[in-house]
Amino acid sequence: MKLVTAVIKPFKLEDVRQALADTGVQGLTVTEVKGFGRQKGHTELYRGAEYSVDFVPKTKIEAAVAEDLLEAAVEAIVSAAGTGSIGDGKVFVADLQQAIRIRTGETGDQAL
Amino acid sequence: MKKKLLKLICAGSSTLLTALMPGIVLAQDVLDSGDTAWMLTSTALVLFMTIPGLSLFYAGMVRAKNALSVMMQCFAICCLMTIIWVLYGYSLAFDSGGFVGGLGKAFMAGVTVDSLSGTIPESVFAMFQLTFAVITPALIVGAFAERMKFSAVLWFMAIWVTVVYAPVCHWVWGGGWLGGLGVLDFAGGTVVHINAGVAGLVAAVVMGKRQGFPQSPMKPSNVVLTMVGAAMLWVGWFGFNAGSELAADGTAGMAMAVTQIATAAAALTWMFSEWMSHGKPSALGLVSGAVAGLVAITPASGFVGPMGALVIGIVSGYGCYLAVVKAKRAFGYDDSLDAFGVHGVGGIIGALLTGVFVDEDLGGSGLAEGATMLSQVGLQAVGVIATILYCGIVSFIILKVLDSVIGLRVSQEEEQVGLDLVLHDEQGYNLSGN
Repeated sequence: MKLVTAVIKPFKLEDVRQALADTGVQGLTVTEVKGFGRQKGHTELYRGAEYSVDFVPKTKIEAAVAEDLLEAAVEAIVSAAGTGSIGDGKVFVADLQQAIRIRTGETGDQAL
Repeated sequence: MKKKLLKLICAGSSTLLTALMPGIVLAQDVLDSGDTAWMLTSTALVLFMTIPGLSLFYAGMVRAKNALSVMMQCFAICCLMTIIWVLYGYSLAFDSGGFVGGLGKAFMAGVTVDSLSGTIPESVFAMFQLTFAVITPALIVGAFAERMKFSAVLWFMAIWVTVVYAPVCHWVWGGGWLGGLGVLDFAGGTVVHINAGVAGLVAAVVMGKRQGFPQSPMKPSNVVLTMVGAAMLWVGWFGFNAGSELAADGTAGMAMAVTQIATAAAALTWMFSEWMSHGKPSALGLVSGAVAGLVAITPASGFVGPMGALVIGIVSGYGCYLAVVKAKRAFGYDDSLDAFGVHGVGGIIGALLTGVFVDEDLGGSGLAEGATMLSQVGLQAVGVIATILYCGIVSFIILKVLDSVIGLRVSQEEEQVGLDLVLHDEQGYNLSGN
């Protein structure tokens, strides 16, 4: 099992959700986050007071997937979240030791 | 000679008529239903400026943790001023007297269903004037927003309206010395805006800066609300300016027209100034300019013509832009929402330019007999300086006394948490639903 974590542009969330669902991914957790990468922040000006906003709003998605789905899932995220411009985000893949479905007690791939 | 004789006959016959019919009332003491209808409307419009107009305008500009506190301050001030006004405020401002009005109208004595003020019921006149006594203190809230204790706000406003607003109102509109000198202030450039702006500046300086000003970001919580509030202010201001004629006539009509013109001109001026210096036009800049124009045309509204209004709008839009964007930063005081930068500076610009554009040659209603443009501008300056000095000094004393007795500011920790939660056990925004 792998944990796929992706930080994407917020407006791409619906496209990514659809693409992941099409590959057979059964569940997804979404968090609104802020951060920075190569894309710089921006400045805001209120009555002459200039504030630089260094952290850009992003959406983080996390999905636990079975090994055989991994490649398709990553491909789905990359193609759905991409705009070709700076700030499209990143995908991280990590090993996942265990997963348990709370309702039934099922574990491993059965729980995903 | 013929004319003189005619006058004499007329005077004689009217005296005779009055003598024969003791029940007859003089022409100006007859109720006019058109005037009354307009003044009822105006009163509602001016109240609408404070709640909800100014309240929303301010609430959108403060950080989310303080949004409710400024709305509550404006609302509570509205209630408190109403009670003070009917107990003695109206009397101090409009009863005959010297430095300040007497107490002959305290507890609204003599204000009955039948009593008149000019061509409108005195009850309507008193309530119309009350709405000015409501918005003036509420404007000051912008200067000390996000750091003043609520109890200190109430104490300060109650004392300030008694010893500053009521006397200055009496000087200008209540038969006092500034009005007597010939200072022109149609709808409150000195009484309302310079008064509120200067009191705000003094409060901002006495209380000190907010923690983190100016290096930390203090982003407005909701510029949408600010735009909604500014739009309400604009609409309500027709009651403020055109209502100050106290009649539904040509002067009221022109006051409405010049209000619209100056406001639009000032809004565009601020917007383009920002666009040129920063590269982008902002919504907050656009509406700030509109308010600056509304403020500046206030003293001039019954006296100037459409082109005078255009110039007043442009000058005030740029002048207030400079005051807010450049001067505040240069001097380093923390007038949170620019009560002085917009109302003080806009009021001063408007008051002085009233003396220029009242001139008939410039489309105005005409200078008083014997007055020149220069002498009128001089008189206007007397009104401005008198208001600045009196209001500045007395506001300073009130604040210092209150600070030593009950304290003006919340604690550092309370300021960080935000006034909504700390002072009111509530939050303006509960968007998470928890």
